[in-house]
Amino acid sequence: MAGAKNHDYHILPPSINPLIGSFAALTMFFGLVMMFQPKVFGGYGSLVFGGGLIAVLYTFWTWWSDVIKEAHAGDHTPVVSLHLRYGMILFIASEVMFFVGWFWAWFDFSLFPVPLEIVRDPETHALTITNLFGQDGAAAATQFPAKGMEVFDAFSLPLLNTLILLCSGTTVTWAHHALIHGDRKGLINGLWVTVILGALFSCIQAYEYSSAPFPFGGLNYGSAFYMATGFHGFHVLVGTIFLIVCLARAYAGHFTPKQHFGFEAAAWYWHFVDVVWLFLFVVVYVWGGWGAPVHA
Amino acid sequence: MTTIAAHPTDHHDHAHDDHKPSFFARWFMSTNHKDIGTLYLIFAIFAGVIGGLISGLMRLELAEPGIQYLTSWASMMKGSGASLDEAYHMWNVLITAHGLIMVFFMVMPAIIGGFGNWFVPLMIGAPDMAFPRMNNISFWLTAVAFIMLLGSTFVPGGTGLGAGTGWTVYAPLSTSGSVGPAVDMAIFSLHLAGAASILGAVNFITTIFNMRAPGMTLHKMPLFVWSVLVTAFLLLLSLPVLAAAITMLLVDRNFGGAFFDAAGGGDPVLYQHLFWFFGHPEVYIMILPGFGIISQIVATFSRKPVFGYLGMAYAMVAIGVVGFVVWAHHMYTTGMSVEVKMYFTAATMVIAVPTGIKIFSWIATMWGGSLSFKTPMVWALGFIFMFTVGGVTGVVLANGGVDDNLHDTYYVVAHFHYVLSLGAVFALFAGFYYWFGKMSGRMLNEFLGHLHFWVFFVGVNMLFFPMHFLGQQGMPRRYPDYPDAFAHWNEIASYGYAVLGVGVLIFFVNVFWSLAAGRKAEGNYWGEGATTLEWTLSSPPPFHQFETLPVIK
Repeated sequence: MAGAKNHDYHILPPSINPLIGSFAALTMFFGLVMMFQPKVFGGYGSLVFGGGLIAVLYTFWTWWSDVIKEAHAGDHTPVVSLHLRYGMILFIASEVMFFVGWFWAWFDFSLFPVPLEIVRDPETHALTITNLFGQDGAAAATQFPAKGMEVFDAFSLPLLNTLILLCSGTTVTWAHHALIHGDRKGLINGLWVTVILGALFSCIQAYEYSSAPFPFGGLNYGSAFYMATGFHGFHVLVGTIFLIVCLARAYAGHFTPKQHFGFEAAAWYWHFVDVVWLFLFVVVYVWGGWGAPVHA
Repeated sequence: MTTIAAHPTDHHDHAHDDHKPSFFARWFMSTNHKDIGTLYLIFAIFAGVIGGLISGLMRLELAEPGIQYLTSWASMMKGSGASLDEAYHMWNVLITAHGLIMVFFMVMPAIIGGFGNWFVPLMIGAPDMAFPRMNNISFWLTAVAFIMLLGSTFVPGGTGLGAGTGWTVYAPLSTSGSVGPAVDMAIFSLHLAGAASILGAVNFITTIFNMRAPGMTLHKMPLFVWSVLVTAFLLLLSLPVLAAAITMLLVDRNFGGAFFDAAGGGDPVLYQHLFWFFGHPEVYIMILPGFGIISQIVATFSRKPVFGYLGMAYAMVAIGVVGFVVWAHHMYTTGMSVEVKMYFTAATMVIAVPTGIKIFSWIATMWGGSLSFKTPMVWALGFIFMFTVGGVTGVVLANGGVDDNLHDTYYVVAHFHYVLSLGAVFALFAGFYYWFGKMSGRMLNEFLGHLHFWVFFVGVNMLFFPMHFLGQQGMPRRYPDYPDAFAHWNEIASYGYAVLGVGVLIFFVNVFWSLAAGRKAEGNYWGEGATTLEWTLSSPPPFHQFETLPVIK
């Protein structure tokens, strides 16, 4: 039966993108190592990293351009479209497990506190962090967050950010409903509002970081806080870019009420980012900072 | 078992025929599951030779007490005279590289990337994988990850060149204990290999759920496909946790993080929890596809359907699920409470139940069967026997109290080499002998196959069985030197390595001879016992198979 394809699966022609993308990723990561270790590799790490990053982004661009072209060519039959749905859901499942790792660190530090004491120099505001294990006062200092530490007020900017993200979850659903009903103007408006809310979240998060009362380094609370919320912030950024791509495609008229998986994937991803934030808000900001003095 | 029913649909389409792309497009831009499977197998054999040669260096050094060669090897790497500390570091680099290469670049690429890619689509009657392009980036990311790991051996890693942290990359040895870029490179290598495996897992799950031929319900799927499905879920859910853990290492190493630094309230044992939450599913990732291969082979050469098919499938599911809640049995000596030890001991022992179901069902499949002892079958029998030995020592080690004495001794090394070198690797050879004709169109030589089996079988047992005695006598693992009391069994183990090496040479002679002059393989060269869909195709199968989907009754 050679020559006659009697099924709805997508048999792809050869593609150079996987090869380019892999070596781009290698270059990018090696560039990072060079940046970490300038004494060994000299000062060109950022160039190598930047080159690799550009090549990775180029691969994303050409790869997903191909996918969009194939979608327009009619290659995304119902079963292929189902593949894409499975793929996105499984990818999000793996992302959930990635965050499990960061929450695990947070729970380790918060449920099994160690006797840390933080002293702020009134003149220079420099912090001295001491582990009092085995010393006098250890029992009294065994708490989380550490003794002498100030945290963010969960019910100030973090609560505002929670409302912003929840709101953006409804606006992306507004866009989705508009799309299903063939209302392109509603789709575009809903996406614009969602993108703006996403950008607003990132700005507020950046502002909050800039006024943090605790450091990133040398302190379990700081490392776990910044990495968990930072990786969430990175995902917000990726999700916002994903939505911007959808916005551009909406202007270009790519989506139809029947076929718009690119939009749905972006919406799923956005909801995932939203749910992770809710856990961060409850576990890290509210519960994790409970009992500690709030930074004015 | 199958009837081919044409259901013509006039599909708008670019012409698909058996025309293969040009050499570069075929092997460097592939979107064909069989070609990508072949690439994975070649890569895994290449990596396996490197990892195997490294273990040769280790057995050479350990053949007698005292430091024999390490200092000169370290000097060779460095280019000038190496100190004793640098020689010891060299040892750490060898054991680290051996572990990482064999786990991430030999067993996983061969058994999932190689056999999984080749035979999951064939066995479910699918024309290819669900995401053919993503399939290819899984392979190439694995390849560049290997380049990154090999590169790490040439840059400073603390006391000497290369990453000497052990495959577990425990903090604080891997953070404040290893200054220099080697460990960063090893960590990024794991990131790349992990990303490759996650993408592969997404691909396999989607393929198996969505691309089964009409009529093939989940409960009619061959057991090898079941095994890959469970494995893919383990990969999908465990690897991201490793990614988070090793990212924390990078943060502690390069940005002053305090995840594992007690001075800042960090917890080094946190790393072990995160690592083994990945690491324990990982050992099932390596062995479950082997279970699947053995089930196919035992059924084929007993000319009977496998005994207790559903029990076999759900035993693998059970092993996968329970495998996620036993991780801390790798950490009994970290100072955990007796209650926690009791839980992890009990949960670990529960795994012996589904594993026992599998062993007994293989034996019951053979019972009353019309057995023929072709090469794949003798490897499968060797697997069942040796894996049982490794399983039994696993039950011993599962006891938190017993493990207090045996932890980090050669008893543990013996245990996990019995389940991996004599388990997973035997399953790999069994699968290779079973499917080589299907993949290449040429039959492997039966006499050389049997000879390979017996030489290899004697070699690995000589190599690893004495390690039980060494461990019980208290010889710790990961040391390049030992007291004279351990000399006898170490010498025998090193001779065992030489025997094993001869076995591997026989294997390569067989492969190259068969590729050049082997008998042409028929479509179903194993006869009536081989009932899965790949045997309905020619050997090798057409470039795109099942252009009309088979229908399963």
